[in-house]
Amino acid sequence: MDLSYTPQELAFQDELRTFLRDELPSDIAEKVRMGRDLAKDDMERWHAILNGRGWLAQNWPKAFGGAEWSAVQRHIYDVEAAAANAPRIVPFGLSMLGPVLQKFGSKEQQDHWLPRILDGSDWWCQGYSEPGAGSDLASLKCKAERDGDHYVVNGQKTWTTLGQHANMIFCLVRTDPNVKQQEGISFLLIDMDTPGVEVRPIILLDGCHEVNEVWFTDVRVPVANLVGEENKGWTYAKYLLTHERTGLGGVGASQAALAAVKRLARAENHNGKPLIQNPHFAARVAQVEIDMRAMATSNLRIVSQAAAGGAPGLEASMLKVKGSIIRQEINDLARRAAGPYAMPFASEGVEGANDTIPDPNGAGPAAAKYFNNRKLSIFGGSNEIQRGIIAKVTMGGGR
Amino acid sequence: MNFELTEERQMLQDTLRRYLSDKYTTARRNEILGSEAGMSTEIWTELAELGVIGALFTEDHGGFGGAGFDLAVVFEELGRAGVVEPFLDGALIGGRLLAAAGRSDLVDAVIAGTAQLAFAHGEPGGRYDLDHVTTTATGGTLTGRKAVVMNAEAADHLIVSATNGDAIGLYLVAKGATGLEVQGYPLLAGGRAAEVTLDNTPGEALNLGLDAIQNVTALAIVAQCAEALGAMETATALTKDYLGTRKQFGRPIGTFQALAHRMADMLIEMEQARSAVINAAGHLDSDERDLTLSASKNLMGRVGRLVAEEAIQMHGGIAMTQEYELAHIAKRIVMADHRFGDTDYHLERFIELSTA
Repeated sequence: MDLSYTPQELAFQDELRTFLRDELPSDIAEKVRMGRDLAKDDMERWHAILNGRGWLAQNWPKAFGGAEWSAVQRHIYDVEAAAANAPRIVPFGLSMLGPVLQKFGSKEQQDHWLPRILDGSDWWCQGYSEPGAGSDLASLKCKAERDGDHYVVNGQKTWTTLGQHANMIFCLVRTDPNVKQQEGISFLLIDMDTPGVEVRPIILLDGCHEVNEVWFTDVRVPVANLVGEENKGWTYAKYLLTHERTGLGGVGASQAALAAVKRLARAENHNGKPLIQNPHFAARVAQVEIDMRAMATSNLRIVSQAAAGGAPGLEASMLKVKGSIIRQEINDLARRAAGPYAMPFASEGVEGANDTIPDPNGAGPAAAKYFNNRKLSIFGGSNEIQRGIIAKVTMGGGR
Repeated sequence: MNFELTEERQMLQDTLRRYLSDKYTTARRNEILGSEAGMSTEIWTELAELGVIGALFTEDHGGFGGAGFDLAVVFEELGRAGVVEPFLDGALIGGRLLAAAGRSDLVDAVIAGTAQLAFAHGEPGGRYDLDHVTTTATGGTLTGRKAVVMNAEAADHLIVSATNGDAIGLYLVAKGATGLEVQGYPLLAGGRAAEVTLDNTPGEALNLGLDAIQNVTALAIVAQCAEALGAMETATALTKDYLGTRKQFGRPIGTFQALAHRMADMLIEMEQARSAVINAAGHLDSDERDLTLSASKNLMGRVGRLVAEEAIQMHGGIAMTQEYELAHIAKRIVMADHRFGDTDYHLERFIELSTA
């Protein structure tokens, strides 16, 4: 065991810091720092800059145009990018669909879709959840019926994150209603400009438009857009969810958020002293930092094993639960630190809201963030589902 | 001991609950939240006619209540329905200060629902400390900045705290007074507040000081705790219903023990919350007032967070959407912790007072 970075890893860290300092646009970093909404253009600009450096698809093999970073390199990026207030990489094409196509897609699909993810030609979103199929995803009803060279898709998806920006959606659809639920699902790629696709916004409790409903009415999808085999979609979905989860330890984001809490707590006055010196508040901060340090090592340890060929399923569930709890605790500390100034509602994405927050200490929309990030323990398989997986794998018969 | 409401209070509770369940639907509230004023004068007037404001004042001052349990009954119902009209700030705090100052002319108008007030006390950097006042009063004029002043835009009069160098005093400032600037903004959990700056603004001394601020804050804590309790009742009821009706894996999700036990924990903590509000309301005139209020406010902060977070988590995604009732209610519960001292503030205060 050796917890220190190798000379190569240190050199990589330096290179990354220089890159972030020189290339990350300051207007975007400022938005991230203040917790303001990013425009589609902000995210696309950052993707293009990373892609220009060959660092956009960090987990993809080089053969597909990826950076093929090691787990440690990805960890270093995660920490440095968050500390520099870089936006997170939009995961739908890069972390979710990309690996599925690489493992299960045809050569034609790989050649066509992967480069378009890298250069930003396509913005992907995820069509998994349905109103009646959340935690019980396999009960999904959105159906695709074969008609010559097409599937005809009818149904509804929900919680489609950033679907308002997307031109493509990868969907789980029911292609066989007469077999065991998991065995009648297929994985389809659908062009959102096809007649019959309708996107409706869902406004979240912090006032932001982040997720959507997507409705399909007689949407004709070429059979060539089926990934892998018909009725094998559940296998691909599980593979994708594992990829989605490994990022959810969220170490970089948690570290950056905790640093922001400390900055705020140094500026906030409490009984004539900085809040950070208040024993109760300081204890809360210390407690979560202690948990976070251990979680950061767990994250590296588990991701390294996965890269070496280990099965990350169970451990990914553990990281997701612990990572979300820690992040939510930090968000809770931020709203506490803001004091009465946690109450104003400020979001430039929302009509009628003020765009500058009156707080002289620049707490940012701490309470809005606290509420928004309640999603962390709900999406991508709720923490209850993750605990179920952990219990089942360890006590209910092998993995 | 007797834990029954008096007949009058029971009637008030019934009337309010009936009116609000008819009138104050999620759709209606969302309409009000989307409006420029962030409140409905129609609702304000009708609730005033039903006695919501009169119940907050003693008979001496033209009301028919004014005790801790009167406040608790009114604000629990307002909280249960998630009413965003600022009765706590616009009527209770300002009105009781004016009553203490003997300004019955204005108090009558407040009780009638025809005048609204704002209490401009907190300052940037003051956090929850009641004695942090740097706004100055010299020769009848006030200069300084006040932070997150609830209802400042709608108020006909502001009651402003300021120091004359020796002591903190309260001053009455009329809407539109010289040098008065009100920069308004919406609040995350509904309603509006403002940053208020005063620049040689004329203010009329009310002959009230720090003790009046402490007394009215005690009333406000009872009201705020009761309001949070009402909102928590709603969150609990919504969650209980949802666990019984939402099906996943072919059965109601409430039949999964992992969720059933957490629902049970919520219900256990709700009993604690109910008792904490009763303790607060019943100790307004006791020697242990401040100790009890700090105990209650701390407990409500803790249980409130638990109830809001667990209600959202057990619902899942639906609770994250603005159009679902729980979204507003959960925000109200958590944001209550940011008024009149949060969980940690009152924990410290309880330690101070209980070890003194």
